[in-house]
Amino acid sequence: MAMFSQNPIMNGPSYSFNDAPKTNTPEGARQHRFDPYTDNGGSTLAIAGADFTIMAGDTRLTSGYSINSRYHPKVFKIGGTTADQKDATLVLSVVGFSADGEALKERLDTICKMYRYRHGKPMSVKACAQRLSTILYQKRFFPYYAYAILGGLDEEGKGAVYSYDPVGSYEREQCRTGGAAASLIMPFLDNQVNFKNQYEPGSGEGHALEERARRPLTRQEVEVLVKDAFDGAVERHIEVGDGLQMMVITKEGIEEILLPLKKD
Amino acid sequence: MNHLPQAWGRPRDDVYGAYDASYLQTSGPKQATQQPIVTGTSVIAMKFNEGVVIAADNLASYGALARFTDVKRLRVFLDSSVVGFSGDVSDMQYLDRHLNELAIDEAYDLETAATKDTSKPSGKLNAANLHKYLQKVLYKRRSDFDPLWNQILVAGFDAASKPFLASVDLRGTAFTSPSLATGFGAALAQPIMRNYAATEEDAARLTREEAVNVVKDCMKVLFYRDARSLDKYSIAVVTKDGVELKENEQLERQSWAFAERIKGYGTQTV
Repeated sequence: MAMFSQNPIMNGPSYSFNDAPKTNTPEGARQHRFDPYTDNGGSTLAIAGADFTIMAGDTRLTSGYSINSRYHPKVFKIGGTTADQKDATLVLSVVGFSADGEALKERLDTICKMYRYRHGKPMSVKACAQRLSTILYQKRFFPYYAYAILGGLDEEGKGAVYSYDPVGSYEREQCRTGGAAASLIMPFLDNQVNFKNQYEPGSGEGHALEERARRPLTRQEVEVLVKDAFDGAVERHIEVGDGLQMMVITKEGIEEILLPLKKD
Repeated sequence: MNHLPQAWGRPRDDVYGAYDASYLQTSGPKQATQQPIVTGTSVIAMKFNEGVVIAADNLASYGALARFTDVKRLRVFLDSSVVGFSGDVSDMQYLDRHLNELAIDEAYDLETAATKDTSKPSGKLNAANLHKYLQKVLYKRRSDFDPLWNQILVAGFDAASKPFLASVDLRGTAFTSPSLATGFGAALAQPIMRNYAATEEDAARLTREEAVNVVKDCMKVLFYRDARSLDKYSIAVVTKDGVELKENEQLERQSWAFAERIKGYGTQTV
């Protein structure tokens, strides 16, 4: 099942779309069943800073080897008072099967809007994160095939990123990528955001080696990191490219940035 | 002898053994569309500076058989949008009936609204609204495991009166692009159209005549190479003035000269 295509144990090698070799099929037997899922490719990324969060995604939409659209956003403002989302405080990114992603986005947006009308204040990221998990788990046995990431600012004004699997398991993290090129970008982020495998030079040998102290990255650093991560992914993954959409969430509001990526 | 009414008319158990009642069960899995039967091939469309042009041929195939040669696959909605269907023809006809009902309801609503207040902007369903609606219908049906086996292009205008072109398929996947093509056209026509309208800005510079010519050329290329296509086709141009639909166009200036140069297939010994 394509749902586990990122998991080598479930599915063997990670094929980029439903092109994995068919197994357990007797010779000559053909099954005609409607498959309600496809993989529309693309990748998303989120990094939390000290007082901001950046959510990003490429804008390519694929099916198989075809590019359906070069501009199909995966990153959405959520829970504004009106449809233009001018006063939104939360951002949701979805990647995987685009129809499920869109359905999920619209459901969460409606719920956040209802909350706002009833309580006269926007939903906190923490509350919205729990609600999103519930929505995903409600469809545990016919899941939304979408990898969601929710971003915003927490009660203390710190950047918050919550990442999900398709059935609603979630946790708060410093950074996360999802989608086709997640396996390419995530190790880069581990190294560049959480300073994994970085040590103080000359601090000792073996266990005495001191890890490089973690510090929150600045907004400029993160913006460059995001662009570099996607430029790398575009080079090595055919389903990623065309455009890079970034949402920068600060206490002043949400700023949207659109940058070009390679279109090949 | 079993005198119960449930056993009436059934083969006698003592002669034939117990009757396997599972043959009569109606509570088994519901049989939904598992495959398309009569199908329409590609629909192609592209935007230009003041509208959208969309085309599809008039063939409905039954497998490899060119079964119905006069099937109109472009449908006009509320004189302001055009819907182009590829895929299963019966599902297309179902959706067409459904959209006609919707259009009639809309027409009544518009009439009553018009008599009340003329100062407000028209609440008429535009192409963007129609596309969203079709997406919801198709996504609902795929979620019920009873899909409508179509890929659909919707051409018209959005709420900001900009040219609008979008696609939705049997899984409810929806997207927009300056040019779009379904089926075989995605491989053959889309690259040609992208030569002329790679971006929205390119499309906004195209004239109506240029766009129509590109689409007609693409229909010709499709007829050359798509074995389930026809040289009779429909073409519609949507502008602010309305829809101009021509349903009995014939491919012009065909040249099969290229065929002579194709070597290496079949019985040829080059």
